[in-house]
Amino acid sequence: MKREDYPEKQVCITGIGQTKAGRPSDRSALQLTLEACLQAIDDAGISVDDVDGLICHPGKTPEGGGISPVGTVETMMALGIRPVWTNPSSHEGPGHMAAIFQGIMAIATGLCKHVLCFRSVAQATARMTSRSSTLLTGNRERVDPGNNAFTVPYHAYSPVNLWALYAQAYFDKYGVGEEELGWVAVNGRRHAMHNPNAIYRKPITIDDYLDARMISTPLRLYDCDSHIDGSTAILLSAKDLAKDLKNPPINIEAMGMSMGAFGEGLHSGDFTMTPAEVCGDMLWNRTDWTPKDVDCAQIYDGFSIHVWLWLEAVRLCGRGEAAGFIAGGERTAITGELPLNTSGGQLSAGRFHGYGHTHEACAQLWGRGGERQVAGAKTCMAVNGGYGYGAMLLNCD
Amino acid sequence: MTARSNSMPARKLPLLTPETEAFWTGGKNGELLIQRCGTCGLYQHPPLPICSACRTETVASAAVSGKGKVKTFTINHQPWMPGLDEPFVFAAVELDEQAELYIFSNILAAPEAVTSGMRVKVSFEHLDDVWLPMFTPDGEAGDEA
Repeated sequence: MKREDYPEKQVCITGIGQTKAGRPSDRSALQLTLEACLQAIDDAGISVDDVDGLICHPGKTPEGGGISPVGTVETMMALGIRPVWTNPSSHEGPGHMAAIFQGIMAIATGLCKHVLCFRSVAQATARMTSRSSTLLTGNRERVDPGNNAFTVPYHAYSPVNLWALYAQAYFDKYGVGEEELGWVAVNGRRHAMHNPNAIYRKPITIDDYLDARMISTPLRLYDCDSHIDGSTAILLSAKDLAKDLKNPPINIEAMGMSMGAFGEGLHSGDFTMTPAEVCGDMLWNRTDWTPKDVDCAQIYDGFSIHVWLWLEAVRLCGRGEAAGFIAGGERTAITGELPLNTSGGQLSAGRFHGYGHTHEACAQLWGRGGERQVAGAKTCMAVNGGYGYGAMLLNCD
Repeated sequence: MTARSNSMPARKLPLLTPETEAFWTGGKNGELLIQRCGTCGLYQHPPLPICSACRTETVASAAVSGKGKVKTFTINHQPWMPGLDEPFVFAAVELDEQAELYIFSNILAAPEAVTSGMRVKVSFEHLDDVWLPMFTPDGEAGDEA
């Protein structure tokens, strides 16, 4: 049930920033981060010195092939600010959105007025140095139990091997197949055509999808997102300050979150649902709104199968109905009943790692979509994560 | 199948911990050891210091039948590293002892012969101090070289 004292009701999104998606970029990860951060600050119309909280996901790490090369300390130094609060976001926790949720709580508890949340990746650069740097094998001689130890010894070096299991199980259970799944990629690419920052903009057909090489059955090349160098920043502000800034405030109508343990090897159910179900329940228990109120959806698509699983987890589709909902592409078109992944998603726009979805949700609500703008979009669902799960229902009147 | 295995890159082996050692070394005695709670009887995998259902510390490794079925599977085609150039099957195997008791493994069979629901049985691949549980089709003669 909706409560006005929930933390997300005290906070608005007031600015966004995003760099070009580089493959690779000629700018350092810190340069990219600062570019995105300054864009978001300028977008909101606050002073850099007004930022009093800084957080990133998942916290700086030298490992993982450029998965998170920049932390808050060097960003603070370069921006010349003196934030009162920072916190590394946990490695998966409630997915990539964990940093945003923590920022919301920092504002709602009165610690901060403006929290800048960023997500930077330098995976394209990492792979120029080492093709295998983004694999799950880790840097140690042996794989430890928390780091895919129950799967890596079986040559399952990429998350695609794991998500392929979910795709196959979904096919088996609901009697759908590769032609339906292909529409996730075709849908995104169609929208990416109108996103100048998408890395892949040439439209593809279902035949193109089926002709592309198999990666791990039933997932093909276009079922997988692409690594990039880039940064996205999302500025959160206290609601009482947000109304006086440049953009109409984006309200966070409700948020949901949940944890998973896939990297630790724990799977339950029949491989057609993830712990994101808990996230979906939480979100809808915090609002009187219903899925019918959602005008467009930015659904995490590290792999195409994520979109099916997420649409059902956040109740935008009934159980087993996501495949049919997307197939054919009419219902998820910009002019359809639920425009889906209007930037092209990660499959076509590049792996901004979840933050691209929140960025696009805000862009749509502020009417910045250009040729991909959803007419009259006032409410957008943004969800993130494959191993941890976060969702926000965003609204701007 | 031996030839297939030998042509692959060296497997990256798991670190043995107090919780996981039994699982990874049970094959020394030809046993698939899965943790079971002495209080409530629940099997759990991955192994943990306590029972995730009744929260007692009465968990211990127990030999299971090593039989189960392929719950879901994938045939990997991508050569993630040099030498990984033959399609192979990676699967979630649901053990007979308990619903949703899954372990991940390779199915040592011709990839095109593997289906969801297929019956499989455990075998072990001994590498260093680890006996990796592997699975082969159950009841189909000639699948193991």
